[in-house]
Amino acid sequence: MKHIVIIGGGIAGIETASALTDAGHWVTLIEKDAQIGGKLNNWSNLFPDFTPVDKITDYLQEKCRQKDFSILTNTEVNSVHRNKDKFSIETSDNQQLESDAIVVATGYELFDARRKEEYGYKIYDHVITSADLEQLFKSGGDLSVAAGQNPKRIAFVHCVGSRDEKTGNHYCSKVCCITGVKQAIELKKHLPEAEIFCFYMDLRMYGKHFEELYREAQEKYDIQFIRGRLSEASEKMDKSLLIKAEDTLSGRPLKMNVDLLVLLVGMEAGKGTTSAAISCNIGCEESGFLKTADSFLNSNISMQEGIFLAGSCTAPMSVNDTILHARSAALKVNSWLIIQ
Amino acid sequence: MKDFGYTVIKQRTIDYDLFDGRLLNEVLQMEPSFKVCLSCGGCTATCSANDLVSFNVRRMNLLLRRGETVELESEIRKCMLCGKCMLVCPRGINIRNVIMLIKKGIQKYNPVKS
Repeated sequence: MKHIVIIGGGIAGIETASALTDAGHWVTLIEKDAQIGGKLNNWSNLFPDFTPVDKITDYLQEKCRQKDFSILTNTEVNSVHRNKDKFSIETSDNQQLESDAIVVATGYELFDARRKEEYGYKIYDHVITSADLEQLFKSGGDLSVAAGQNPKRIAFVHCVGSRDEKTGNHYCSKVCCITGVKQAIELKKHLPEAEIFCFYMDLRMYGKHFEELYREAQEKYDIQFIRGRLSEASEKMDKSLLIKAEDTLSGRPLKMNVDLLVLLVGMEAGKGTTSAAISCNIGCEESGFLKTADSFLNSNISMQEGIFLAGSCTAPMSVNDTILHARSAALKVNSWLIIQ
Repeated sequence: MKDFGYTVIKQRTIDYDLFDGRLLNEVLQMEPSFKVCLSCGGCTATCSANDLVSFNVRRMNLLLRRGETVELESEIRKCMLCGKCMLVCPRGINIRNVIMLIKKGIQKYNPVKS
């Protein structure tokens, strides 16, 4: 029986583990956190159809319960060495694992919005990120900006930490546009009286039902889209925020006062992926995400034979893309093991 | 008073907090299809009037949404109501009705002083 070690117990790791177990292999999943499921645990509903996250997390938990693969939580990978046809992996609790193949599924981290200081995250009271808003939705938290006072005007800022040389991230994080549209609709459902604006550079509605949701946001929920990137936000005495942008379609500067500012934070490769790149010696692209053998046929293949890639450690990815990428990783691993 | 040639330049910044939404709301209520404008410019590309004089149909949406009523009123007169823009619009907006509603609404909410 072949043994495969998977690094990362998020969507990609679990889905790959499950598919490889189905194919008759022995799998060990290594997760750095106390619980499996990754970033998905912090989310409430998924675009583009508001699927409750529980539907996916329950599915992943169920796979972990019923399948015969071992899960090591609170564990990180210290080092990876190749001995002939085998890999030996040393974990943070000094376990030695021997495996025939490795799948890196270390995922992403959210952009730290404090780095975009001009938007005032953690400086001003009513600037939050899309992840904070999702937590509020999940916990049924209070959206009010003052005692008993709901925000009357809310703005979303697209591309925070994406497509921005100032943050060192040239790439598009891909999922924030549609997340903004989804959250704007959800906020409007919670606060029907509020005026909601999205400040965007381009709206990248690439996926199935995305464009339809964007249209619904305009048509049914009166969300207003203004093309222009926010230059800055500043807090007023009453804790409301003055925001500035160019209304690029009219070619004139625009300012408005809002009660709540939501920053749509992008994805970065993160510490887990960077350390996997070093320990496995598989290399990063300029974006920080892991190198793949090519972009078309081998997006699951790393620069080292026997080490495979699954999910958003290779590029920003939505939940459904991640699931598909994980399944294709399992297929690639399986066919490689057969010819060994 | 003696004219020294000094003048106060009007700020170009759109101050959205001063925006009066009554005209916009009425137009959107009467013609909800206008909500979904993408600002693609297809209407402007095919516009018969724009071929002869400077007239940008796409900008009508922006002028309306930013409260630029004075310009809106003078611009909209250039429309010949031929309806070619509606044949092109990817979101199926009844642009001719929008133009008519703006013409009526301006008289009601923002009569432009001459």
